[in-house]
Amino acid sequence: MSEHSLHDTNHHDHHEEEAPHASFSGYMIGFLASVFLTAIPFVLVMGDVFSSDGVTSLIILAFAAVQIVVHMVYFLHMNFHSEGGWNMLSLLFTAVLLFITLFGSLWVMYNMNVNMMPGMM
Amino acid sequence: MSHSATMNAGETGKLEFLVPGEHHVPNGTLLGFWMYLMSDCLIFAALFATYGVLSQSFAGGPTGGDLFDLQLVALNTAFLLFSSITYGFAMLQMQQNKKMGTLVWLAITGLLGAAFLGVELYEFYHMIHQGAGPQRSAFLSSFFTLVGTHGLHVTFGLIWLITLLVQVNKHGLIAANRRRLFCLSMFWHFLDVIWIGVFTFVYLMGSMT
Repeated sequence: MSEHSLHDTNHHDHHEEEAPHASFSGYMIGFLASVFLTAIPFVLVMGDVFSSDGVTSLIILAFAAVQIVVHMVYFLHMNFHSEGGWNMLSLLFTAVLLFITLFGSLWVMYNMNVNMMPGMM
Repeated sequence: MSHSATMNAGETGKLEFLVPGEHHVPNGTLLGFWMYLMSDCLIFAALFATYGVLSQSFAGGPTGGDLFDLQLVALNTAFLLFSSITYGFAMLQMQQNKKMGTLVWLAITGLLGAAFLGVELYEFYHMIHQGAGPQRSAFLSSFFTLVGTHGLHVTFGLIWLITLLVQVNKHGLIAANRRRLFCLSMFWHFLDVIWIGVFTFVYLMGSMT
């Protein structure tokens, strides 16, 4: 173990370059945007701003999607060239699977519910 | 490869775990950890889908609108969001090689994480006390599974954070600790991303039912 850490400290400069460089302004932009994107959905729901729940749902889902992107960019330092693009590729792959899992389940189960014969419930 | 490595060890009499000349894959750990996070993301996708399907199955029991205290959720969201930025500050201190600053911001992050868990446990206790435990309805089963799994992740993140506090305090900001701090930062920010989904999809949309 100690040999390993010695080895690592010898190549200190090399390792330094690996992690993406974070900046104070980057974190602050991300944080302020997140506060904004979090506060508005809470205000919309707690203050009953829109009479239609459907409209409110769509708007807060849109805010959540934007905030997830903000977190990815400013906190997780995602971009197209880190790790030779493999980071982004695995993220996109996950997003596709996530979409299929979520919307597939909701769609299939909704239709099963709707088409269920009353006698079978 | 391992054969030649053993041969080397036999000849020189000291153990070598890396074959000289074989280059370490750059960023292997960080990419590998990212892959883990993505697979973890799929676990949450399955739990979110389950919740989405069962979220209207109240079995005559309480609905989200009856149970959720949005002020408490807003407080929890604030704790987690603040802990994200304080972890960011810890990483900035680490970049400047400031051990003490890193430790202080890490400790603040840990306290915010603990506060988050405390509020969540209080909420769970309160709900179970009211008779709205996971066995009450399919909605509540899926709610406790999804939110509980997130809480469990935060708990493990806290244990990891405390371990790193000890490690950094003992060994300083060596390369191995920097790598670990970086992995935990990804984990911590990832949990905050999941929480965005939880407070939007579960609490805000649930309280409108």
